[in-house]
Amino acid sequence: MKAHVYNRDHINTDEIIPARYLNMDKEADLAKHAMEDIDTEFVEKVEAGDVIVAGENFGCGSSREHAVWALRGAGVKAVIAESFARIFYRNCINNGFLAIECQGISGSISNGAKLEIDLISGEIKDLDADKSYKFPPLPEFAQEMLEAGGLMKMISK
Amino acid sequence: MGQTITEKILAKHAGRKSVKPGELVNATLDLVMCHDVTTTPAIDMMKEHGITKVFDPEKIVIMPDHFVPNKDIKSAEMVRKIRLWADEMGIETFYELGNHGVCHALLPEQGHVKPGMTIVGADSHTCTHGALGAFSTGIGSTDLAASLSTGELWFKVPPTILFNVFGSLQEGVYAKDIILEIIRRIGVDGARYKAMEFRGPVIDELSIEARMTITNMAIEAGGKSGIIAADDKTIEYLKTRGIEGEIDLVKSDEDAVYEQVIDIDVSDLEPIIAFPHLPDNGKKISEITEKIKIDQAYIGSCTNGRIEDLRVAAEIMKGKTVPKGTRCIVIPATTEIWKQANKEGLLDIFMEAGATVSSPTCGACLGGHMGIIAAGEKCISTTNRNFVGRMGSPESEVYLASPASVAAAAVSGYICDPRKS
Ligand code: SF4
Repeated sequence: MKAHVYNRDHINTDEIIPARYLNMDKEADLAKHAMEDIDTEFVEKVEAGDVIVAGENFGCGSSREHAVWALRGAGVKAVIAESFARIFYRNCINNGFLAIECQGISGSISNGAKLEIDLISGEIKDLDADKSYKFPPLPEFAQEMLEAGGLMKMISK
Repeated sequence: MGQTITEKILAKHAGRKSVKPGELVNATLDLVMCHDVTTTPAIDMMKEHGITKVFDPEKIVIMPDHFVPNKDIKSAEMVRKIRLWADEMGIETFYELGNHGVCHALLPEQGHVKPGMTIVGADSHTCTHGALGAFSTGIGSTDLAASLSTGELWFKVPPTILFNVFGSLQEGVYAKDIILEIIRRIGVDGARYKAMEFRGPVIDELSIEARMTITNMAIEAGGKSGIIAADDKTIEYLKTRGIEGEIDLVKSDEDAVYEQVIDIDVSDLEPIIAFPHLPDNGKKISEITEKIKIDQAYIGSCTNGRIEDLRVAAEIMKGKTVPKGTRCIVIPATTEIWKQANKEGLLDIFMEAGATVSSPTCGACLGGHMGIIAAGEKCISTTNRNFVGRMGSPESEVYLASPASVAAAAVSGYICDPRKS
């Protein structure tokens, strides 16, 4: 998986999926505009299974879950950030989408680096630089939700 | 050990005596608010998972507002889908065009909010309703689907930061300046995952509408909720909204445990303008030395589109004109506010000054419609977010300010001190 690195704090959901596209709610439609106001070329560069690496407070602002769907629809497998905004983080957990809080990751990984994520040991390996970064394991609750495939699957079980 | 108001409300709704920050609880919900943008995915999710009923149609309120009146075919279809679904589910509280308004202005105005409640809304500014002493927080669409289906939701009990606001507020300085100052100090993630409780003599003095301006922007500091314990003013306000009888006046214990207590002395506070592109980028008006020409001034939204805000703006704009090269848009946040402003002659004042007045809507607050700005343009706005592209082109700029500061800029064409106009 390739890393798309945005070494910036407070990347907000208006940038991840601008409001002008909120008259749509299907993942495939939203995916065409993922990250548009921060990087107009993102959707062309991203490949299925890639990850986004960013700074503090990723996903702040509007509660629009469209941000998670746009990223997932574009093929993004996970977002790794120093920290996440609350509603975005909830939305990730509820969708069974991987959001990893990893201190020290921002500014350390070069754009395009090949990464490997080990959820069990809580480790991200930068295969290009031969370095690795530890992250605290997902909360048990989030882990269960991820395995179940999201909140709706859990409550309709 | 004492508990905060937030802990008490969550404990009660989780069927527990007490809860501690960090604990995960399942809490019952007293009110679930839906709007036009985030609800259709929740409807689809419920259908996909074979859920054919909502938990309680009387505890669900639907308020289309973002793209209302429908701005295009796609948004018209979204609202139609919600309307049909509401009928099917037997949800009667649907604020149709003509009774519509921006959800966070409409919800308390129409008497849906009471102290001690748990409220979720599929909108980040649902934190507004904490101004009446409720636990109220924003959620996404999956949370909304779960809430609508079960009437419960999982919460991590947040630690609370107490903001003790005291001093004497100078003339021309408003609740908006207080919250912009708080966010300037603690940053856009200063209260991430936390409850923000506001208290102190200055808060006591503020009207309920002004308190809503403060709690509305808790999310702009990353807060999970903003809350102000109910007092006599709250009870009076509720009476005007048709709510009487038993009211749960829950408040924090004397020995409640706060993660942090922050003292805010407002005596020297000046009007604050939050510069692009983050709400914590506030500058004191006296420190702004450059001349900033404004293309558009925008007065409205769930932050500052209520009647008191319009009165302040009209007072400043009365008898003046919006200069050539500047546009001004006024959007009363709800139908009732629109009518009241009309009755008081405020709409005439705006129109005579050369502003335009629209039907209630979120409109350009989120760059939806009704006043989108072009690349290179600057808008001063009474709203709550000035992110890149928030009100239009990613190359435009938004400056956040109080209704007084926005009105003063509207009639001068430049960002200026409202106390001098
Ligand atoms: S007025 Fe603006 S901030 Fe308030 S609910 Fe509407 S879009 Fe959101």
